[in-house]
Amino acid sequence: MKPTARVHDSLWALLAGILMATAGCGGSSSPATSSGGGSTTAANNVQTITVNTGPTAGPPINSPAINEAFTSVTVCAPGSSSNCQTINGILVDTGSPGLRILSSALTISLPQQTGTGGNAVVECLPFVDGFTWGPVQTADLTIAGEQAKNLSIQVIGGTAFTNIPTSCSSNGAEEDDLKNLGANGILGIGSFVQDCGEACTVTGSNNPGLYYTCTSSSCSITTESLTEQVANPVAFFASDNNGVVIDLPAVTGAEASISGSLIFGIGTQSNNGLGNATVYTINPSTGDITTRFNNNSFSAFLDTGSNAIFFLNTAATGFPTCTDLTFFYCPTSTQTPSATNQGANGASGTFTFTVANADSLVTNATIGVANGLAGPNSVADTFDWGLPFFFGRKVYTAIAGQNTPGGMGPYWAY
Amino acid sequence: MKSTITCATLAILALPFSLSASLGRDATSVQQDVAKMQGTLRTSSGNAYKLHEIQTPAGVAIKEYASPVGQVFAVTWKGPFHPDLRQLLGSYYDDYVQAVRTQRAERRGHGPILVQLAGLVVEVSGHLRSFSGRAYIPQQLPAGMHVEDIR
Repeated sequence: MKPTARVHDSLWALLAGILMATAGCGGSSSPATSSGGGSTTAANNVQTITVNTGPTAGPPINSPAINEAFTSVTVCAPGSSSNCQTINGILVDTGSPGLRILSSALTISLPQQTGTGGNAVVECLPFVDGFTWGPVQTADLTIAGEQAKNLSIQVIGGTAFTNIPTSCSSNGAEEDDLKNLGANGILGIGSFVQDCGEACTVTGSNNPGLYYTCTSSSCSITTESLTEQVANPVAFFASDNNGVVIDLPAVTGAEASISGSLIFGIGTQSNNGLGNATVYTINPSTGDITTRFNNNSFSAFLDTGSNAIFFLNTAATGFPTCTDLTFFYCPTSTQTPSATNQGANGASGTFTFTVANADSLVTNATIGVANGLAGPNSVADTFDWGLPFFFGRKVYTAIAGQNTPGGMGPYWAY
Repeated sequence: MKSTITCATLAILALPFSLSASLGRDATSVQQDVAKMQGTLRTSSGNAYKLHEIQTPAGVAIKEYASPVGQVFAVTWKGPFHPDLRQLLGSYYDDYVQAVRTQRAERRGHGPILVQLAGLVVEVSGHLRSFSGRAYIPQQLPAGMHVEDIR
C-alpha cells in the first residue's frame, strides 16, 4: 500500500480512476484523490468503483469474487496528513452502514475508542452470512474529494482481542480475514446512519450486544451512543452528505470487469440530480421497501453487497436451482420475469429482470461480472436486489433524516 | 393453525442448565432457550405439532416447532438482529457455520444463506435491523406438514 498522494484537479482524479479500473482491485494500489488546494469549486464527488474478481482472486486465496463492487479509501490518523494509507479492494455496500477495514490490510496505527474504565470498545457486527469482530478506532476518511473526520470505524480481526465473546460468535461464521470477508474492508453507505442505532444505547437485556468493552482477556457488552457508533461516513461529509448514487453500466451476460461511479450527494451538484428517477421511501425501522411479484407482496431491499438477485424459491418461481450450486437458479433458458417495487410513499414501478442459468453464465474463474445471476431466498419471502439490479441504472440511496430535493431520506430512487 | 392457547409467561430466571439447545432436542430445551435469551414464552398446540413462541428483549421473535412427542424439528426467527444461533441450532451449529463458509466461497460473494445438508436445512435472509431465518430437520417434519408451513 502506498501513502496518500495529492492530486490537484479533477482531471487527475479521473485519470486515477481510470488507472484504478484498469489495474483492478487485486493488485496494485492507486493514488488517492483528495480535494485540490486553492479551489473554491465544489468537492470532487465521484469515486470510481470496479466490479471484478477482487482482492481474493489471486494466490494464496484463489477465490475470485463475482458481482462485488470494489473501490479504494484513504484513511489517516485524525488530524494527520502524513500518517495515512490508501487501501483498495474495499467492498462497496449499500446494505450496511459504516467503514470497516481488515486489520491485516491496515498498516497505520489509529487511536482506539475507549469506554467504561478506559477499556477498548470492540464491535461485533452481524451480517446475514456471519459477523465481523474487532476494535472501534477513529480515522479521517478521504474518498474522492470528500472527507469524514474523526470517523468511528471498525478494524476487523487483528491480534489484540482474540477472545471473541460467545454472544458474538453465536452470530454464525466469523468473517475476520481476507478469505472469509472477500475484501480488504467494507464501505457501508446504506440508508441508515448508525450501524446499530438506538438499540445499542440502552443498558440491560434489551441491548443486542453489538458493542463491548474489552480488556486483553475478556469482554462485556457496553452501551454505545449514536455519536460513538460506527456509522455511514457519507453523513459526516461537509457537503454531498445526504446520500449516494451508484452508477454502473448495463451488462449483457458475463464479463471480466466493469467500472462505474459512486457519486456522493443527491441533488447537491450538477452530476447527482434525481432527474426523472422515482423515489421509493424506505420503512425507517426495517430498511425495506416492498416488491410485488406474482400478485404477492414481499419485503425487499437494494444491496450492492449481495452478488445476485436472491428471491423466493423454486416452488414459487418455477426456476430450478443448479445441481451443484444450489444457491443459484439454473433455468434451462434465460428468463425475464417482471416485478413491481413499491415505496412506503406509495410510489410504484414495474420492471423486468434477468434470471440466467448460473452454470452457463459463470463458466470460469476470470469472470467478475454476470448479469442474470440469481438464486433462491425462500426463508422470509424477501427480495434481495443484489448488484445485478444496479447494472444499467443510476440508483440513489438517501440517508435517513437527511433532506434532498426528492424529500427526506431514507429512500431509494432510480 | 387452529390452536388452543395455553399461554405462560415465564419468569426471567437465571436457571442453571446445560447448554443443550433446541433444534433436534426435546421440548424441555425450549425453556432453556427462554432462559438463555431472557425471553418470554407462549405455547399453543395444533394437530401436528406444538408451537413455542419466544420474544427476546432485543426484539427477536422466535418460533420453535415441536412434534407431539416433544421433539423440536424446526425453528424460525425474525427481528433486527440474529438470535443466539448457537443456542437455537444446538448441536447443528458447528455444521451450519462450516457450511456457510463453504457456501460463501462457492458463491463468490455475499448474500443470504441457504444451507442444505442431509439432515439439516438453514436459511438466513435480510440485513442488519431486519433479519429472518428458518432451520429444520427435513426428516422430522410431522406427516402432512409442509416446509411452507414453517413460517
